Amino acid sequence: MIPWFGWITVLLLTAGLIGALFLSPPDYQQGESVRIIYIHVPAAWMSMFCYMTMTIAAVIGLIWRIKLAEVVARVSAPIGAWFTFLALVTGSLWGKPMWGTYWVWDARLTSELILLFLYLGYIALQNAIEDPRSAARASAILAIVGVVNIPIIKFSVDWWNTLHQPATVSKMGTPSIATSMLIPLLIMAVAFMTYFGWLVLKKARCEVLHRERNSAWVKHLIEDSKH
Amino acid sequence: MTEPESQEINPIGVMFAIVQRELTLAVRHRGELINPLLFFVIVITLFPLGIGPELNTLQRIAPGIIWVAALLATLLSLDSVFRSDYEDGSLEQMVLSPMPLTLIVMGKLFAHWLLTGLPLLLMAPLLGMMLALPLESLPTLVATLALGTPILTLIGAIGVALTVGLKRGSALLSLLVLPLYIPLLIFAASAVDTMAAGLPITGHLFLMAALLVFSMTFAPFAISAALRISTH
Repeated sequence: MIPWFGWITVLLLTAGLIGALFLSPPDYQQGESVRIIYIHVPAAWMSMFCYMTMTIAAVIGLIWRIKLAEVVARVSAPIGAWFTFLALVTGSLWGKPMWGTYWVWDARLTSELILLFLYLGYIALQNAIEDPRSAARASAILAIVGVVNIPIIKFSVDWWNTLHQPATVSKMGTPSIATSMLIPLLIMAVAFMTYFGWLVLKKARCEVLHRERNSAWVKHLIEDSKH
Repeated sequence: MTEPESQEINPIGVMFAIVQRELTLAVRHRGELINPLLFFVIVITLFPLGIGPELNTLQRIAPGIIWVAALLATLLSLDSVFRSDYEDGSLEQMVLSPMPLTLIVMGKLFAHWLLTGLPLLLMAPLLGMMLALPLESLPTLVATLALGTPILTLIGAIGVALTVGLKRGSALLSLLVLPLYIPLLIFAASAVDTMAAGLPITGHLFLMAALLVFSMTFAPFAISAALRISTH
């Protein structure tokens, strides 16, 4: 599975980047700087997708006590936090030419920042508890509380201030974005997703090996790899 | 497993017993009781000193300051709500007891709110006046605090229950809980602002009441689950 995800990611990223940087037209208002959208929007989507993945895995781990689900939840969190960070940084770099400032207290930026805080809290709780099983269960509760809160936070922040443009792609049927830009954007989004899958599998493998480092099968693996 | 004798457990009685126990404990440690309140007052005093005494500026930022200070004071006092019970083992007894843990938790949190939320509420109008809030928006401030401080206690207690077993939980606690407080802060501070602008605020208050009902319904279950993990 891991090489599959890896190669698909490489393939899609190449195609997506070529489409994004060379084939798609510059925006008539924003010029070339619109190209940052091909990183920014997939990263923002991934920031939410990772949180959902993390929570679903955490819930599975909490209810059925499946160790592998706990591992997946644990390794998803830092990746999601990095995607959130990437979305914030690219958004800020994009904001400078567009709005004339790197940071505005706009609803979407703020909720993305709060999402980053939620990730960091989750990671901190994971790291604070020594025993991995109880760490997984405690942080699963935190993740669930976070998921319940995300819509409330989103709503409150939206209501508090709004400057960011409304979502352009999610309007099904008639997206208000040109097809020549939509295709590379979607390719990039899928590429980000397979990249996430690739990373999760790789990191989960490391985590499982680390947790089971005293078990016989891991020692066998190490012995075998020495020959 | 043997069935317990069919003695009637009166849930209200359990809650009252817990509240009474908490209040007695608090009266025995009177010094600790006043600390969060003093913290609240001092934090609010710091702002005019840092920003300058112009009444217009103060009036503009007063709701936000009072709310942020209330939020921090609640968090500070919450840190100890399960700690001493955890250390002397009574928390384990509560987790093991046949009474529903959610009820015990509700009793403890209600007592905690009586001891910290209520004094904040009573103190707030005075501080509001010091920050030049117009008189007619003071009732709104108190109303938002009355609806909001129980929510602060309930949501904060989830974080406390998760971190009670840890050696240095305080900094972690703020990281876990503060992001969850954001909606409340937004609604409450803007309710006071809206009132000061002379607009109707029933919408804000209804939203906060909805949040209160929501967190009262679900937070005790999250807290109990977290306590079970922490005492595991």
